[in-house]
Amino acid sequence: VRPGPGSPAGHEAAERAARTSYGRLVALLSASTGDVALAEDVLADAFERALRSWPVTGVPANPEGWLLTVARNRLRDVLTSAARRHASRRRPGAPWDDSGAQVVDVEALAEDRDRIPDRRLELLFVCAHPAVDPAARTPLMLQTVLGYEASQVAGAFAVSPSAMAQRLVRAKRRIRGAGVPFRVPTRAEMPERLLPVMEAVYAVSAIEAPTPGSMAGEARWLAVLLASLLETEPEPWGLAALLTLNQARSSGRPADLYVPLDEQDPREWDATLVAEGEALLRRAASLPGPPGRFQLEAAISSVHCDRARTGATDATALLTLYAALVDVAPTLGGRVAHAASLGRVEGPEVGLEALDRLGTSTRDHQAAWATRAELLTRAGRGAEAAEAYRTAARLAPDPAVRRWLLDRVRRT
Amino acid sequence: MRYTLLMHYPEMTAEELGPEMLAEGMAAFAAYTKALQEAGALVSAEVLQPSQLTTTVSFATGELVVQDGPFADTKEQLGGTVVIDVGDLDEALSWAKQAPPVHYGVVEVRPSATHTVAGEWTTHLTYE
Repeated sequence: VRPGPGSPAGHEAAERAARTSYGRLVALLSASTGDVALAEDVLADAFERALRSWPVTGVPANPEGWLLTVARNRLRDVLTSAARRHASRRRPGAPWDDSGAQVVDVEALAEDRDRIPDRRLELLFVCAHPAVDPAARTPLMLQTVLGYEASQVAGAFAVSPSAMAQRLVRAKRRIRGAGVPFRVPTRAEMPERLLPVMEAVYAVSAIEAPTPGSMAGEARWLAVLLASLLETEPEPWGLAALLTLNQARSSGRPADLYVPLDEQDPREWDATLVAEGEALLRRAASLPGPPGRFQLEAAISSVHCDRARTGATDATALLTLYAALVDVAPTLGGRVAHAASLGRVEGPEVGLEALDRLGTSTRDHQAAWATRAELLTRAGRGAEAAEAYRTAARLAPDPAVRRWLLDRVRRT
Repeated sequence: MRYTLLMHYPEMTAEELGPEMLAEGMAAFAAYTKALQEAGALVSAEVLQPSQLTTTVSFATGELVVQDGPFADTKEQLGGTVVIDVGDLDEALSWAKQAPPVHYGVVEVRPSATHTVAGEWTTHLTYE
């Protein structure tokens, strides 16, 4: 009954609308009780009733308002029933809070979808709350905000459906039992609280190789949602730009074929997505504050995309951006990419020196070995390069990348 | 919601601490509970004597065992508890972050299942 993206293709617009409703309704229903699982239950009931009655009575003018009213009534029944009396936790400000001033006019609600409050932002912050197991944050977002079934989420994370179901149940029980609030963090809390939300959204994009219709589109949609709901935080706009530009470059290419960025044909990139990504990046840059990790990564992605227009990659601009990136977020991956960028602008020896400075931390890092191999090739050290390519291939989890790296060994 | 802040930290004697550190620690605790009281969040607070003064009692094995020493002989010991009544976990976490022992130990934030008022349990016990 959950309107998830598992239904037959061709109904994408309808599915998207249903999914938007799903996340909005779960968010609204769980914000009042702190009980996500209960919200999902009553909403499933409402969807089931809709499936039974709409074919007879016709689809109501405001389906979302109809679903909310039915689910809300069901929720009230459950909460007032004896079985739930002691477990219920009413929270002030809920739409049906008897004491609160924010009581929503349900009749008006049923007529006007725009009057249904959007609590998805609160739900995103709940999913990535520090009290929630980091391994459950992204799955929770997929299930509660995007409406995926637990079994589909399990598939995306390559764990058994029962293990994933258990992880999700445990997380929801914790949210309710520990009293995780459904609220947007204050400005003072934002730096600490926003990062885990963005990381969980970013993780959605990494679940699968970004092919059309895959998780990359879902991640992008979540990022745009986060950015537009927060409005004035630059980093979510940066994240939305990054995911959009990355998706632009991967669309149209089969998932089992690896083509490094420099060898991609820019004519294969999705020009519409590139334009959208650029617009999102401009939005991020227009907001006050120094650029953060995601905005810098998006800017790097944008420089690569600009090759479609100019025919050449601006290596100096990339080096400046990578230097800024390792300054803000000194991750190993970022430092390896910085070394590669240095090698490109200042010569392979300089890049190799930068790699050497990273020490033993790069021993099992695939990208570091691939970068080293490329720099060694350019420095004319063919035998060492072949050995480095072989090491990189051994460390590559993706078979397409492995094939490409082994192909390089033959060419060096 | 009610939460109990369980404060675990390595035990030190008054001598080990020295008079200055001891006075500083007591002042920090006094300021902390004063802030809790003024915010209307404080239900009760206890700072415990060192675990060398503790005695454990158990009939769990079917046999009464009364012995000296704590339940778990670890470097960190339960040194105090603060019961607070606040709106949600974020408020509880924010109070936990201000508890003096966070600087030398660990503060566990545990939601209450139920509690007594005038000797009567306020609700039936419901486990999450």
